[in-house]
Amino acid sequence: MDADPEGDRLGLEKLALWFQHRIAPIVAVDAPDGLVLDTTGADHLHGGELPMLKDMVHRMAGAGFRAKAVVADTWGAAHALARYGRAPIAVMPPGNTASVLADLPLEALRLPSPIIEGLATLGVSRIGPLAAMPRAPLALRFGPDIARRLDQTFGRMGEAIVPVRPVDPVEVSRNFAEPIGAAETIAKYIGKLVPLLCQGLDERGQGVRRLDLLLHRVDSRTEAIRVATAMPVRDVTRLTRLLCEKIETIDPGFGIERMVLIASLAEPMDRRQTVSSLIAEEETDVSDLIDTLANRVGMQALYRFAPVESDLPERSFCRVPALAPEETKNWPEHWPRPTRLLARPEPVQAMAELPDQPPLFFIWRGVRRKVKCADGPERVFGEWWKNDAELTIARDYFRVEDTSGERFWLYRAGDGEHGETGSQGWFLHGIFG
Amino acid sequence: MTAEIHKKPGLETLRAAISRLEGHSDRRRTVLPFGVREIDTRLPGGGLALGALHEVAGGGNDALHSAAAGQFCAGIAARTRGKVLWIVTRQDVFAPSLKQVGLSARRTIFVEASSDVDVLACFEEGLRHGGLGAVVAEVARLSMTASRRLQLAAETSGSLGIAIRRWRRQTDAADFGQPTASVTRWRVSVLPSGPLPVPGVGRPRWLLELIRARAGECADFEVEACDAKGRLAPCIPVADRLALPATLADRPDQEKTWARRARA
Repeated sequence: MDADPEGDRLGLEKLALWFQHRIAPIVAVDAPDGLVLDTTGADHLHGGELPMLKDMVHRMAGAGFRAKAVVADTWGAAHALARYGRAPIAVMPPGNTASVLADLPLEALRLPSPIIEGLATLGVSRIGPLAAMPRAPLALRFGPDIARRLDQTFGRMGEAIVPVRPVDPVEVSRNFAEPIGAAETIAKYIGKLVPLLCQGLDERGQGVRRLDLLLHRVDSRTEAIRVATAMPVRDVTRLTRLLCEKIETIDPGFGIERMVLIASLAEPMDRRQTVSSLIAEEETDVSDLIDTLANRVGMQALYRFAPVESDLPERSFCRVPALAPEETKNWPEHWPRPTRLLARPEPVQAMAELPDQPPLFFIWRGVRRKVKCADGPERVFGEWWKNDAELTIARDYFRVEDTSGERFWLYRAGDGEHGETGSQGWFLHGIFG
Repeated sequence: MTAEIHKKPGLETLRAAISRLEGHSDRRRTVLPFGVREIDTRLPGGGLALGALHEVAGGGNDALHSAAAGQFCAGIAARTRGKVLWIVTRQDVFAPSLKQVGLSARRTIFVEASSDVDVLACFEEGLRHGGLGAVVAEVARLSMTASRRLQLAAETSGSLGIAIRRWRRQTDAADFGQPTASVTRWRVSVLPSGPLPVPGVGRPRWLLELIRARAGECADFEVEACDAKGRLAPCIPVADRLALPATLADRPDQEKTWARRARA
């Protein structure tokens, strides 16, 4: 198959738009084979930098691409590490650019190939030695490119990322004759931009799910604030508040000369009929609180539990978004369930009569507890339709109370008669109140 | 208690004057009664004050895993109206157990914060919102300043705030002695369950210690744990219980019926 550079570029642009949709507001194509994102202030929405990278690479793998992802201080450093670093996913600690990049080949510096060949003739093939060489002779022989690329990579010179634009978003902007920098001033202009944006959304009958505020600084860098909402919102005060809470995360530098507010993800707003108080008491809307909290701790840290039809306790629940539609299923209530479920069942030493008697005593975390009374067994079978190894597995759960009154949820791995049903060892899985 | 107040009109005017000085004279204080006479008469206003911060900790080993304390708080939250925000740093709540004290999973929104600082920030945000039935947060350290902020937030919105004090180590539990701005402070310890005429574990019992109550006195209560609607019940003397027919004693819901009969 012939190379298709034009097709590649178009594909990358589409991918960039998708990343802008998913990850961060500032995304640009790093031709010919990469994308560059400014994730400042956006990583917390994905659970931190490392989970964000994993998510990206995983999604790319799902689409059939093998990708490498790196977070670094500068575009140049990230470019170099992503292409010539060893790890497929890496987060470079801030301030370590020089030491991390020292061993990488010169190709990582985004220099034209004649210069790289010329440097190879001089015996320079790594970034570290090149950075240590005096600048003047290099500039005389190869032009200003080397110094510029080195400075960009090490963060001594700024490098603007010009983001791709989604198709036809609702967008409002404001230019300032004098650069602004104070938090109050920024808040004031946010307060002026949001009503304009909401007006635009109103005309389209849309509400915003994700809102990007781009602040163009006088030194041609761009700071960004991204807020997300759980449901489409067109409320001026709510959006203003969400944006203003993020002001402290931006660095105005020498001043901001242009503010752009983009509704990067807008969805149609469906109007709901409010219930008359004659029929039922109206439930207070908490979606504004959810948005405030989600923008602080991240959307995936806010959830409800929903029942899953499984007898195994650790599989009997799943996390659903806080504002997901309410499910009708419920957990069965034949047996009392412990308040706390240990993430991993802890092995205990126990003595019990076979085949189905509760233990007489058990030792957990070094404390020997004599069992006074117990309920059980509640037999739970492995889910053979999920996993072949679970075909014969069984567990016998007991609720036991020790002599001091503490209540625990113990189980025996196995049915107490057949060796293939489990190790017949005892485990503590939960604690009752 | 009300009868006592009627006898002393001087005390009542003094109380009114203090509450006017405190600045919330215009709003009538609402309370959430426990439905257990022994507890409600000991609490000022006849129940757990809404629009206030309360602290709950487990006693003994429960200070670390907060199983009884958590269930006690879930029972309180279940009896409020509206959604419940439950803020944790490490998640080990087993959702079906909340359902068993009447707190439906549809009502409970969990927030998993990364640090105690985030927990307190979310706690305050939740209390300020005012649209929630209750806000429950599991925190280890709670300073005077932080608790005062929370108390003020709860007062302005009228939400019920419950801080479950939960520590990583038993030695840290001494922190519970430090003063905070919360209105009441409880310690919940497990007691051996009520005796049954058949083998098995009966309805759990707790020792509730009211360690501190603003404008009230400390007290200890022995209660039966929350039922399916989140209500506590006073312990029934063993003699009454043994007089009941054994056939009624095998199901928890039936246990409730005969508990009612035994009281009648």
